[in-house]
Amino acid sequence: MTIQEKQSKNKTWAKSILNDGGTPSLHGIIIKITLLSVIAAVMLFAVMILIGSGEFLVAALATAVTMALIFVYLRRGMLPAKYMIPGLVFMAIFQVYVAVYSGYIAFTNYGDGHIGTKEDAIEIMSLTGQERVPGSPELEAKVVSNGETLGLFLKFPEEQRWAFGSAEQSLTFAGVEGTLEDPLYKNYEVLRFSEVLGVQEELGALKISTLEYFPSSYVITKDATYAYFYQPTLAYDEATDTVTRITDQVVFADNDDGNFASLAGEKLQPGWRTQIGFANFEKAFTDERVRSAFAGIAIWTFVFAITTVLVTFAMGLGLALLFNDQNMRGRKIYRVAMILPYAFPGFLSAMIWRSLLNEKYGFINQVLLDGAQIGWLSDEWLAKFAVLFVNFWLGFPYMFLITLGALQSIPDELLESARIDGANAFQQLRLIKLPLLLVSVAPLLITAFAFNFNNFTLIFLLTGGGPKNIDAGLNAGHTDILITLVYKLAFSAGEGSDFGLASAFSILIFLLVGSISYIGFRRSRTLEDMT
Amino acid sequence: MSVSRAEKKHQRLVLAQYGITKRPTAAKTFWKRGWKHVVAIAVSIYAVFPIVYILSGALNEGGTLTGSNRLFGNIGLGNFVDLFNNPQKPFANWFVNTLFVSGSAAIGSVFLSAMAAYAFSRMRFSGRRAGLLTLILVQMFPQLLALVAIYALLSEIGQVFPWLGIGSHLGLIMVYLGGALGANTYLMYGFFNTIPKELDEAAKIDGATHTQIFYGMILRLAAPILAVIGLLSFIGTSSDFLLANIILVKPEDKTLAVGLYSYISDQFNKDWTVFAAGAIIAAIPIVGLFLYLQRYIVSGLIGGAVKG
Repeated sequence: MTIQEKQSKNKTWAKSILNDGGTPSLHGIIIKITLLSVIAAVMLFAVMILIGSGEFLVAALATAVTMALIFVYLRRGMLPAKYMIPGLVFMAIFQVYVAVYSGYIAFTNYGDGHIGTKEDAIEIMSLTGQERVPGSPELEAKVVSNGETLGLFLKFPEEQRWAFGSAEQSLTFAGVEGTLEDPLYKNYEVLRFSEVLGVQEELGALKISTLEYFPSSYVITKDATYAYFYQPTLAYDEATDTVTRITDQVVFADNDDGNFASLAGEKLQPGWRTQIGFANFEKAFTDERVRSAFAGIAIWTFVFAITTVLVTFAMGLGLALLFNDQNMRGRKIYRVAMILPYAFPGFLSAMIWRSLLNEKYGFINQVLLDGAQIGWLSDEWLAKFAVLFVNFWLGFPYMFLITLGALQSIPDELLESARIDGANAFQQLRLIKLPLLLVSVAPLLITAFAFNFNNFTLIFLLTGGGPKNIDAGLNAGHTDILITLVYKLAFSAGEGSDFGLASAFSILIFLLVGSISYIGFRRSRTLEDMT
Repeated sequence: MSVSRAEKKHQRLVLAQYGITKRPTAAKTFWKRGWKHVVAIAVSIYAVFPIVYILSGALNEGGTLTGSNRLFGNIGLGNFVDLFNNPQKPFANWFVNTLFVSGSAAIGSVFLSAMAAYAFSRMRFSGRRAGLLTLILVQMFPQLLALVAIYALLSEIGQVFPWLGIGSHLGLIMVYLGGALGANTYLMYGFFNTIPKELDEAAKIDGATHTQIFYGMILRLAAPILAVIGLLSFIGTSSDFLLANIILVKPEDKTLAVGLYSYISDQFNKDWTVFAAGAIIAAIPIVGLFLYLQRYIVSGLIGGAVKG
């Protein structure tokens, strides 16, 4: 090997070391291997559970991701990936995947009554589709056990004898109490109350078949004291994929919308999760009840967000012009006072204003208005006004801060030359200060619009969306904005949740805010600067 | 050592020759700027009043919402004692939970985005520009719009790992971390670019590994700004109501935002002053942090995305 060859080889080697980021230290490797092992162990456990529950696709995906992770971190090179993967994993799952998943849910009927799979629904129906056999007697029951199987001693009314039954043994007459000698049940002993409590779950599942009394019925007990004859009301037929109601022989077939439905349109509960195409979006635009509520709320959301941005900007600008005066005394104190609403946590401010505006006891009515009972939060229009008023309070300090900052960055020479050219104060403001100000502030105004468009915290904590709008079809209030409507559709207690419709609305919100922000950013040229 | 009037007058005349005049008297200043002070005082009262009101309520011992309308009529610390002695509404737990959840999310999110920003700033790889652009675009879909999907996903995760599902703090932290990259990476990328590359090269020649450069150099040089971003992220997540409300279930697991709402949503009048005491304790750290950090916020860079 010539010296040149050796040198060039050394160079390549040195370069490769530099590109790979040098020689790793021993404790670095130890930390890396430990972390990777922990992750691998956790993922192995998860994959085993996933396979156990039949989620093969997810299991395969998890395995692939884990293998890729180990591959990237154990070999040299691929430095950018090493640094970006941890953040990307979280972003991929909790920002990108959930966005895509929202899109998927928007095309399903996921919600109350449509939670599980079809198999789950059939199983639940077979468990709950039962009724007490009409005219059947009430039985006195004693819970017994032979240490392994649970059984019941049952006493018919006006009978001296006891009957016996268990999961394995259909109901059989035994004998007078105390003379239970039959080999079938002689090892069974009556359980004490405390012991019964310990086997409640098993007891709940216990069905004793009763061949000779009522055909296709069974005995169950719900309180361990009395037992009753029950019969199934629904029968699922796998061959035809239909459910038949035994009492009146009505046939319910899969209606492709996640329910078994009869020809007359009657649906059996529960249904299951399934694809329903654009039905949720159609509902938002064609279903009269949903459409009126949706349109009203969408308009109010725009009014709320735009008014907030414009008014707070005007307030902030006015104050900034006032305070852009180096010689004013006490500026610092005023400034701290004025940014307090911005510094104070927003969720607390909303709750405090809710108290201040309280109809009966609040400070505004009681003290400022001398005991008037004005429904600031319960009247349709006053509530809208109150929400805006409180949001002005919350928002003006931010606008004040950013416009003051922007004003102070306008070079004095510009204003001075304008003054020399004879511009008066108003002309200086309109022709020089405002245009320059808007260049730097416009993107922030768009962000403020997008933020207020989804200002869930304020609306939910101040009015809860109320007062309730009785005309609207959905569970909507007069101050609800789109995001609180989404929340109510999905999580509101008592009204039932419709995850599918809620997701469809959130997709619509995204399209609205996304396109407005995009247009706004394009016009203010921020996006071009960024790229 | 008094100076005679004649000497003062002389001084003033000398200064006036150089164009330096004495400031006008206080009275003159007031009339010239008086209206500004009137406006400023009015706005200050508007801004501060609700906060004064809640402070007065917090100190109003054993009072109701009605009773709190007399500002500072009755002063004592009883509400703070009651606040910490209500097993149904465990305020101390809420406080610790908020510190834990928002603290972990802030530290984690700074760490994750600093790593990504380091890669973007110091390494050249295919898809780098596209990656930066994707970060900005992804950020446009606000996480809270996906509330249904987040809830469904966490329920599903919870069936495999209950300690990561609905009702767990770790689950909530993971959700917050999901938004970390989009929110902070671009900002940090900008700051990392201002650290001269020559420093990296010098370190490399001295045999430093990329990890040593990242932890030992970049993170240390950028420490102040990382701290600011972390604190702002802490303020943001500790004010989150929506996600914390759908993910946390048990009363003792709640954060301050969700927990304090339970005071307002039921028995409004009765426990109001206790709520006020809780609000004061919850607000103090955040307001303190905010005032401390205000110059970074004013710089406009970190702007709109901060408040939750």
